[in-house]
Amino acid sequence: MKIHIPTPLRQFVAKQATVAVEAATVGQALDELTLSHPELKKHLYSDDGKLRAFVNVYLNDEDIRYLSEKENTAVKDSDSLSIIPSIAGGVDMATLTEVPAVALPSLNNDEIARYSRHLILPEVGMEGQQKLKAAKVLCVGTGGLGSPLAFYLAAAGVGTLGLVDFDVVDSSNLQRQIIHSTKDVGRPKLDSAEEKLKALNPHMNIVKYNTMLLSSNAMEIFKDFDIVADGTDNFPTRYLVNDACVLSGKPNVYGSIFRFEGQSSVFATEQGPCYRCLYPEPPPPGLVPSCAEGGVLGILPGLVGIIQATEVIKLILGVGDPLIGRLLLVDSLGMHFRELKLRKNPDCPVCGTHPTVTKLIDYEQFCGIEPPPAKDAVQVNGIEQIDVTTFKQQQDAGKNYFLLDVREPHEFKIAEIGGYLIPLGDLQKRVGELDRGREIVAHCKMGGRSQKAAEFLQQAGFKVKNLAGGIQAWSEQIDPRVPKY
Amino acid sequence: MASSVLKICDPVYCQLREHGEGTYPNECCGVLLGKALDGVNEVELAVRAGNTRTDSAHNRYHIAPQELIAIQRQARERDLDIVGFYHSHPDHPARWSSTDLNEAHWFGCSYVITSVDKGKAEQTNSFFLAGTGEDDKRFEDEEIALWHERC
Repeated sequence: MKIHIPTPLRQFVAKQATVAVEAATVGQALDELTLSHPELKKHLYSDDGKLRAFVNVYLNDEDIRYLSEKENTAVKDSDSLSIIPSIAGGVDMATLTEVPAVALPSLNNDEIARYSRHLILPEVGMEGQQKLKAAKVLCVGTGGLGSPLAFYLAAAGVGTLGLVDFDVVDSSNLQRQIIHSTKDVGRPKLDSAEEKLKALNPHMNIVKYNTMLLSSNAMEIFKDFDIVADGTDNFPTRYLVNDACVLSGKPNVYGSIFRFEGQSSVFATEQGPCYRCLYPEPPPPGLVPSCAEGGVLGILPGLVGIIQATEVIKLILGVGDPLIGRLLLVDSLGMHFRELKLRKNPDCPVCGTHPTVTKLIDYEQFCGIEPPPAKDAVQVNGIEQIDVTTFKQQQDAGKNYFLLDVREPHEFKIAEIGGYLIPLGDLQKRVGELDRGREIVAHCKMGGRSQKAAEFLQQAGFKVKNLAGGIQAWSEQIDPRVPKY
Repeated sequence: MASSVLKICDPVYCQLREHGEGTYPNECCGVLLGKALDGVNEVELAVRAGNTRTDSAHNRYHIAPQELIAIQRQARERDLDIVGFYHSHPDHPARWSSTDLNEAHWFGCSYVITSVDKGKAEQTNSFFLAGTGEDDKRFEDEEIALWHERC
């Protein structure tokens, strides 16, 4: 077979453009080539014997890295191999920031008085404070993490703060989302947050994005900011933030919380790894409960959000060691802070050397999340849905449903509507307690766990419906005396 | 004094500069086909390539290897070789950057850079990738000899 040699490597093969070798596989062909032209070896392979990252070898029109049998792929005499060093380049980031050298904004006397404790720190000083004023930071989410994050960035004098949220304040948020107060329940989180931030620091500019962050709007929103701080509470948005940061070249200051534990890192910098280097795949849906399902210690997002705020400030000032390539683990019960070293994965699908994700994708699908059923869906996965009003009417009319509550005992203590309690996790072993002769209506807090229970029970031969919206809908639509939690 | 020379005819020289104006504010990139003879890279043809770095096209360029293979095949059919590459620096000087050097692996080839200032092609410079390997590679300034007779 023929091996095409690119111009720069011809000096090692007696100036030939093509070398003919006898070989049965791609690997053999390359071995033959380097055996007869040993000088070539160090140009094609690194010391550990791997093909150098910038050298591409193509069998006809296929990159051999992506052939299923790679080097062991069989070759015919009519095939040809091409060796193609990569062609790339561009302007350096360093020169990019140097050349435009936009003058930093100056501070007025009010601002000088306000930031005096920063100004007298040599690591911040006047120039650092001006950098903060010039900085544009986007906070994705104004919830548990976003509250302290936005609050401290505003106090520190970050000039422009973008806020993305579509939610309204719920009283269950107030246990940790300290930017919102009791009077704000029912208000859009963005308006509530803006009011508090403006009260704290009238010098700043707030840009509100009253929307969910989506693949269709993320790049457009990110383009106006220097740094993105991720305060999201779900996997699809977390992957979306990460990928959009990598694709737009903006650092992703990450934080996440789960019950009593938190994590923080700085992803998607040029040198460092991204979230996908750490977690290439999301966990299966339902494995990691959200705060609404699993609960969270209210103080914890404060702790983690402030770590994120600290990292944002350090990146803006260019001081200290940012959490790049390090994952900080916070254990609030033991009060331990541990650190894991992270490496950039050269095979990372988004920030690796041969990225396969080059534009934003459908993250709900990537995370295996099915679109939520329409509000008035009659059936979900073969399970009949019954809304609380219909259920109440039928019960009042004498229909003898068996109401099964699949929540946890500690939830049952907070609120219950007369259901028989078997937590979802115990259902399989306690299924014998249920009467096959009666139709079951399963409920939980919001309808998710009871749907799973109903699917299991239907499989096991029971006649079963799912109470759509769960005890929460019951409290909202039937009986407000039942507390919402 | 530059030791190597890039010989290029007027129309091709204009083509690669116009390419940079056309893709402004993004970087353009392409491949130069011709003959390499004793320190002279003689260009006959410039082939435009797509910039795969759609994520950061204003300050990065990358030519897909598949496209390079196709261009190389095209060169073989005309009995030409790849002798260089060109790209533009939108609103930046026509100097090689450390990214350009890190990502340069075609020894003996000419790397041509055109600065495009506010959409207009300004300076065009050529740099010869000298050295024998990754450890001693370097860019050397190269003279561009414009050539009027042919093409």
